[in-house]
Amino acid sequence: MNLSNVKSMRKFAMDNGIYIVLVLLIIGIAIKDPTFLSVGNLRNVLVQSSTRVIIALGVCGILITGGTDLSAGRQVGLAAVISASMLQASDYSRLFFPNLPQVWLLLPIIVCIMVGVVLGLLNGVIVSKMNVPPFIATLGTMVMIYGLNSLYFNMPPNNSQPIGGLRPDFTGLGTGSITALNGAISIPYIVILAITISIIIWVLHNKTAFGKNIFALGGNPQAARVSGINIFRTLLIVYALAGALYAIGGVFEAARTGGATNNYGNGYELDAIAACVVGGVSVAGGIGTVPGVVAGVLIFTIINYGLTFIGVDPYWQQIVKGLIIVFAVSFDLAKYYVKK
Amino acid sequence: MSEESLYSLEMRNITKTFPGVKALDDVTLKVRAGTVHALMGENGAGKSTLMKCLFGLYSPDSGQILLNDQEVTLENPKQALNHGISMIHQELNPVPQRNVMDNIWLGRYPVTKLGPLAFVDEKKMYRDTKALIDDLNIDLDPRMKVVNLSVSTIQSMEIAKAVSYNSRIIIMDEPTSSLTEKEVAHLFTIIRSLKSRGVSIIYISHKIEEILQIADEVTIMRDGKAVGTWRAAELTNELIINRMVGRELTHRFPEKTNTPSEVIMQVNDLTSPFKSFKNISFELRRGEILGIGGLVGAQRTELVEAIFGLRSVESGQIIVNGQTVSIHSSIDAKAHGIALLTEERRVSGIFPVLSVLNNTIVANLKNYTNMFGFMRENKIRKAVDSSIQQLRVKTPSTRTVIANLSGGNQQKVLLARWLLTEPDILILDEPTRGIDVGAKYEIYTIILELANRGKGIIMISSEMPELLGVSDRIMVMCEGRITGTLQREEATQEKIMRLATQFM
Repeated sequence: MNLSNVKSMRKFAMDNGIYIVLVLLIIGIAIKDPTFLSVGNLRNVLVQSSTRVIIALGVCGILITGGTDLSAGRQVGLAAVISASMLQASDYSRLFFPNLPQVWLLLPIIVCIMVGVVLGLLNGVIVSKMNVPPFIATLGTMVMIYGLNSLYFNMPPNNSQPIGGLRPDFTGLGTGSITALNGAISIPYIVILAITISIIIWVLHNKTAFGKNIFALGGNPQAARVSGINIFRTLLIVYALAGALYAIGGVFEAARTGGATNNYGNGYELDAIAACVVGGVSVAGGIGTVPGVVAGVLIFTIINYGLTFIGVDPYWQQIVKGLIIVFAVSFDLAKYYVKK
Repeated sequence: MSEESLYSLEMRNITKTFPGVKALDDVTLKVRAGTVHALMGENGAGKSTLMKCLFGLYSPDSGQILLNDQEVTLENPKQALNHGISMIHQELNPVPQRNVMDNIWLGRYPVTKLGPLAFVDEKKMYRDTKALIDDLNIDLDPRMKVVNLSVSTIQSMEIAKAVSYNSRIIIMDEPTSSLTEKEVAHLFTIIRSLKSRGVSIIYISHKIEEILQIADEVTIMRDGKAVGTWRAAELTNELIINRMVGRELTHRFPEKTNTPSEVIMQVNDLTSPFKSFKNISFELRRGEILGIGGLVGAQRTELVEAIFGLRSVESGQIIVNGQTVSIHSSIDAKAHGIALLTEERRVSGIFPVLSVLNNTIVANLKNYTNMFGFMRENKIRKAVDSSIQQLRVKTPSTRTVIANLSGGNQQKVLLARWLLTEPDILILDEPTRGIDVGAKYEIYTIILELANRGKGIIMISSEMPELLGVSDRIMVMCEGRITGTLQREEATQEKIMRLATQFM
């Protein structure tokens, strides 16, 4: 009886390790400084996590197919620059497009998503038609997209100046909230967006044939081929969807911070991959869940925000992050070795 | 059985060649509807190749495939499946992290379309799966993850999958190789129920008892040719063995000149922690060639890899030159003068992009460095040149990338590699696999020369003529145990085959 309790507890810990780490992290910070558990802090953590969740969910789909995407961060940067360049307030002193009339708020967002889809399709074609390993394929597109973004950013009259003075209706998307009950409840739009996208991706992964195909493809490509799954089409959709998500992430990153430069999004791909693997996504493919990815992102945001809050040296935060990546993955692999 | 009963499948005059080998030579196979048709033969006789042609994994060079008198072309497994042909592989091939029903309906889930989205109807999938497995009397939860299932349950799942494709022909490749007796009985119940629905089963197995029990007809293959087809009722154990091995030994082997002397290695009661091999005891003499025979799955490779330190050992001793040694890695094994030429030349033997020279010295680098840790180029060149010459490796130069050499020459380079470590004991795992006949002769000559130089040699081989032609003694294994050791004089193919199938 006792033994089986220990066993089932261990199994619970193994299966839910990521969530346990998340809770322990929050408890640890709260013990050091109980004021961490305020509504304001919680809100900040969620806001800072939102764009990262959206980006990580894009990468997650690709990792599940057994691929990877190094171009994610640069795609985020490109979307941030394009959307910011089209959505400056007309009275701002240094306009990217001095003669651009006030456009419909959603138009630049749609343009960014379309650009993201095209870049995703490009990645997908390079990976599945030209048979370039995903790491190399997206390393190539990462460099190219940065070049493309910098060319755009350097166009006169902007000449590589940071794009600022964004329209209030645009920045409102990144900083505003839905409020109810006279402000007693206030949920940031960006958090609602991240939750909505998480739910959509969860449904795609778990309820549709497309979702089952990506898990099958990553879990056993040979079996997927024998079963007649259209691997080319599935990969194209996965990469295109990821591109769309990076674009959304980039647009909201610009809206939240009120500006953009060509260096936006630098390194986001590695943060996203780290959040995914900490959240239990296998880089070998075939394994990964949406709640896991969300928890992975939250862990990293809480390390950033929470440890800063209690005054831990930022360089120590880097070391903690690195340790978590390594241990989370070795813990995850141990789970599978135990079974063998 | 009436003579007019329809053939559901005819494979006519199938020929398939791979570089250097004629894997199938004008093979004809006719399978009646609603029967179990056994396909038998030694390892390498061409059974799997023939079945891969049928399942669209290989395309034959010539010949016809007819299903119910209609000629068909099967270019990929998907087409084969659509024509009602399923294959249950020896190494089952599911998607481990998904559940049973996802695996069964892989790539053809029941869906409800909603705009561009195809939602999977999990309820229908569950119902269909349940109906399917209940119908076949399989005890299986459609929602279980495959990674948690036993091998026999995965197999039942694969059979259910085959039935779900409405397959009229189901190929089973060594279906009982990892099943218990009870599981085999259950498999046979399923097979009989499939038969009664008019499904034909092509059943590949080495296990003669099983074949006589379940098969209606038996086709025996040998050296890529079909020897013939008989009704199972007409066959006996003896007849099958004779027809499987019935060939003469010609001058395919060099004359034996070696004489075994004192014992160089003794293995006592060696047992694997996973019980893949149990209670293995034998001794090896200087100048002796000890053959290890057995069928695929007899755990011979596992045994020699354990001796070489690549696998863990639970109990037992290894004594080399009179001293008990403990070997936990290949480094230990090398230090005790043991060398292993692995079975998978391409996987664990050659470094394909490196030169012949680097491939030769790679196991022995520390003997070729000077006091500063730099490579001693002259010494290396001399050593490599002399071993290349000694083993008669045909290569344009020692700088040639090894991938450009033929299989036989690659194997000689690997032999040279291990000989440079100056081993006393040389373990060769299938040393002539995938090598053409001429090169085989040269490898045999080298093996004999090495024995003459006083090395103790262990040679695993699945080719019986090779075992008989080269070994001084032949140790036969079946399911991880030694079932007998035959002296050269008394050994025959029939005796080896009987020992190799003792527990089946």
